[in-house]
Amino acid sequence: MTEEALLSARSLSKFYGNRIGCADVSFDLWPGEVLAVVGESGSGKTTLLNCLSTRLLPTSGVVSYRMRDGTFRDLYRMSEAERRFLMRTDWGFVHQNPADGLRMTVSAGANVGERLMALGERHYGNIRASATDWLGRVEIAEDRVDDQPRAFSGGMRQRLQIARNLVTGPRLVFMDEPTGGLDVSVQARLLDLLRGLVQDMGLAALVVTHDLAVARLLSHRIMVMKEGYVVETGLTDRVLDDPQAPYTQLLVSSILQV
Amino acid sequence: MATPLVVSELTKSFTMHLQGGIRLSIVEDVAFAVRAGECAVLGGPSGVGKSSILKMVYGNYCADGGQIIVSHRGELVDLVAADPRTVMAVRRETIGYVSQFLRVVPRVSALDVVAEPLLAAGETPETARERSAALLSRLNLPERLWSLPPATFSGGEQQRVNVARGFITAHPILLLDEPTASLDKVNARVVVDMIAEKKQEGTALLGIFHDQEVREAVADTIIDVTGFAPRRDAA
Repeated sequence: MTEEALLSARSLSKFYGNRIGCADVSFDLWPGEVLAVVGESGSGKTTLLNCLSTRLLPTSGVVSYRMRDGTFRDLYRMSEAERRFLMRTDWGFVHQNPADGLRMTVSAGANVGERLMALGERHYGNIRASATDWLGRVEIAEDRVDDQPRAFSGGMRQRLQIARNLVTGPRLVFMDEPTGGLDVSVQARLLDLLRGLVQDMGLAALVVTHDLAVARLLSHRIMVMKEGYVVETGLTDRVLDDPQAPYTQLLVSSILQV
Repeated sequence: MATPLVVSELTKSFTMHLQGGIRLSIVEDVAFAVRAGECAVLGGPSGVGKSSILKMVYGNYCADGGQIIVSHRGELVDLVAADPRTVMAVRRETIGYVSQFLRVVPRVSALDVVAEPLLAAGETPETARERSAALLSRLNLPERLWSLPPATFSGGEQQRVNVARGFITAHPILLLDEPTASLDKVNARVVVDMIAEKKQEGTALLGIFHDQEVREAVADTIIDVTGFAPRRDAA
């Protein structure tokens, strides 16, 4: 394979005192690839996500990222300013609770436009046009562009958060339980939307979820975590159809059939 | 003649950790080859491991040992040892698969479900949808269903969507897991014709067919899977 990895973690660990957050995690994520991190609550999924996205300083290990100029940089050896720039432009972060990723008291249009302004866009007409376009792509009606997210339903807020993240054309998106608090019909719509956007934009994504159906639908590869360690990893349908680790077998056999 | 798929010494067992670690041996020392333009059929009674072999070749079951050598982009790749990215590339370009049941995605229309593998292979959306429409109409799926997600379709309708999805690309290897199981005679006949055309085009086909009539119509060789039953240690 001639292509190079976009994000790579080596022996990444995070300890909270003597408790393990995540331990000795190594993997590569390739451009256009969706990796799901699954496991029960407390398995270290979110700790790992935060360590990878520079939101939480790891105890040890290395995380490297392929910059747009092709250089492969150690994220924790960059300046704070460089990291912030990545977060604002090249990366997206979709929180489980949209209120954590949105500004609830400014309009939907401004929530999307703000990320563009951070990139230096100043022309109001262009910003508004992109914001409206993106609201359309996440299926929010144009006449809602001036409303605040406070007035949106949970599903709409989550779609707005996605628009806000994708408007800058990021190459990598981190998602923490993106469908977590939503009811199933809203979930299905959001998943389908995410799946389409990821495919069309060729995004790489790291999706933390405890829902194996979400992982099956969105991801190419799966990493199963238990008590901070990665217990199994592989192609999504291989891991779900023929789980090897005892814990993965337990997870797969615990899915309720409808 | 080219031989795009060669399997040797392939072994599979399941270890059921939730049932006290019981180990179930499925097959041992599986060996066969499929040539271009030939349809090989896995034969033997239910439970003998036919589907497991097919799933190992596609990569959704992992093998305990052995080799699955496919010719991919002019090189030989061992799928048993390949990393996930290689398996994905092989699926995109080299190995197609018609599964027994359609895994439906909410809100995606039948037309797009079928077009998807062709899009993934780099075809334009227009061409992909045209080809998809042509296949669906050949398989007699009523046109009013094309724009609907297949979740609510009958078993036979879903299977025709599945068949169309598998046949739309020109993958050099095509795996078929009972593609005619829930089809009526007319549509089973269409699938038999489509298989014959794939052979003409030089595709290597490996399949499971329980319907004897269909099997006799398509099979060039029968691989007797009972011959790969695990040797029981003196119990």
